[in-house]
Amino acid sequence: MRRGPSPFLVAMVAAGLVFLYAPIALLILYSFNASQLVTVWGGTSLRWYAALAHDEQMLDAVSVSLRVGLISASLATGLGLLAAVALVRGGRFRGRTAFSGMVYAPLVMPEVILGLALLLLFVSLKLPRGFWTVTAGHATVTLCYATVVIQARLAGFDRSLEEAAQDLGLSPARAFLAVTLPNIAPAVAAAWMLAFTLSLDDLVIASFTSGPGATTLPMRLYSQVRLGVNPEINAVSTLLIGVVAAGVVAAFLIQQGKTKT
Amino acid sequence: MSAPLVRFEGVTRRFGAEAAVDDVSLEIAEGEFFALLGPSGCGKTTLMRLLAGFEAPDAGRILLAGEDLAGVPPHRRPVHMMFQAYALFPHLSVARNVAFGLKAQGRARAEIDARVEEMLALVKLEGLGGRKPDQLSGGQKQRVALARALAPAPKLLLLDEPMAALDRKLREETQLELRTLQRQLGLTFLIVTHDQDEAMVTADRLAVMRTGRIVQVGPPAEVYERPIDRFVAGFLGEVNLFEGPDGCTGVRPERMALSRAEPKAAGRLPGKVAEAGYLGDRTVYVIEAAGRTLRAAQPSGGDAFRVGDAVWVSWPATAVMRLAE
Repeated sequence: MRRGPSPFLVAMVAAGLVFLYAPIALLILYSFNASQLVTVWGGTSLRWYAALAHDEQMLDAVSVSLRVGLISASLATGLGLLAAVALVRGGRFRGRTAFSGMVYAPLVMPEVILGLALLLLFVSLKLPRGFWTVTAGHATVTLCYATVVIQARLAGFDRSLEEAAQDLGLSPARAFLAVTLPNIAPAVAAAWMLAFTLSLDDLVIASFTSGPGATTLPMRLYSQVRLGVNPEINAVSTLLIGVVAAGVVAAFLIQQGKTKT
Repeated sequence: MSAPLVRFEGVTRRFGAEAAVDDVSLEIAEGEFFALLGPSGCGKTTLMRLLAGFEAPDAGRILLAGEDLAGVPPHRRPVHMMFQAYALFPHLSVARNVAFGLKAQGRARAEIDARVEEMLALVKLEGLGGRKPDQLSGGQKQRVALARALAPAPKLLLLDEPMAALDRKLREETQLELRTLQRQLGLTFLIVTHDQDEAMVTADRLAVMRTGRIVQVGPPAEVYERPIDRFVAGFLGEVNLFEGPDGCTGVRPERMALSRAEPKAAGRLPGKVAEAGYLGDRTVYVIEAAGRTLRAAQPSGGDAFRVGDAVWVSWPATAVMRLAE
């Protein structure tokens, strides 16, 4: 006979979940609040979602964030794949230790410093700051996360599969594309999702590297909150949570499907 | 023997200071089933990888059908390999695994389909083309790996410990099937194994390797019955060793005869049965004789001895093998 989990364990799990998700649940709940006042419940309503549909500035910020996220995540994943291949397959090439250290450094570097460094770089290169500088900044920072995720999968991938493909007549590059890439695809997709989420979520780097006309959603939210919390912010945040949650669930289902077949 | 298909000429491959393959010269004839036999770490797998192109020799030449293979990458060599853990592509169906080499050669679709069918029939896997590798049993995977390597009609098939992952009964069946298949196809097979039974059952000729060098080459019966040294004698089956004033000699347990009365054979020792192990087709006896321990294998159906029985162990002069150190 199996005993159920102990009451202590249940209480700990419940406390943990409340700690993590109560603020988010509250935010979602209040996005449906009819009242103008954020903390006073005035009945259910979708009026803030309707207001959002007419808020050009907010919609613009959403569009900027999505475009920055799509482009920077794709860049970071592509470069991260190359970095992972170099680290896992390159053997003991000269400068490998330095390279791996430098790829991982941004993981532990304070974001403020990174942002400042990027700003200094763009200023000294006399690059006009805006959409592309934010995108480049995000690609730089998320690159290391993408590398870590892809490298882990690649390291566990049986090298003899690639050798078998070469043995059967494919050049090393074609063997990689035909055999290795399809098999590490879940990790590549996960790396992309992670990079995209990090980009969507970032305030610090964007604040340093952005310029006029390229305000991302977190920047817009932050500046609005400073002027006072508006229920509309709850609505846009709820939509954002929805997008991210859908992405996470999709990634999970892809992985599940992979393991079942 | 026809012209050699493969020729190793003084091939050496070092990893660091250690030579995994040390000055190996060897010829393999067209249509031959050749086995490289040796304990793990003896360099047999490296020798095979040199032939497949995954390693390059530090010294010496490797010729395939008279052409030097130096600088030819693996994907341009008309040599295919069956990998130890099969290395089936998990994301592709069985049929697409088998078709892989044909596609790489750019064959026409209809030709590929026909060849895949033919190969699956050859390894008795008809109707399983749609499965994924992880839906197959170990024996089935092994057959898919074989079909995949054979499909593009290589000049030479390399088999790296092809049965290591199979259970004993299946392994014995598969060894004989592989032998039959090779004979049917008339292809040259090179098998790498640490299992002496596997090498002896399958191969026309075998080479015993030790620490990067080839110790002895010959047909299985010759190497088994006339091993040149103690290592080969001990690696291919069991042997009773005798140290004499004029060197070391050995006698195989199955050449030892047991009797209750003193025999007239060239070599004989009185002793006592210390242990008896019944194996069905034969019984293996451990005999304590003149301060030494001898092994004697007797076919079933003859006189059976019990532990403690006093016996004579004897062997004919023809059973004595002279062994170098």
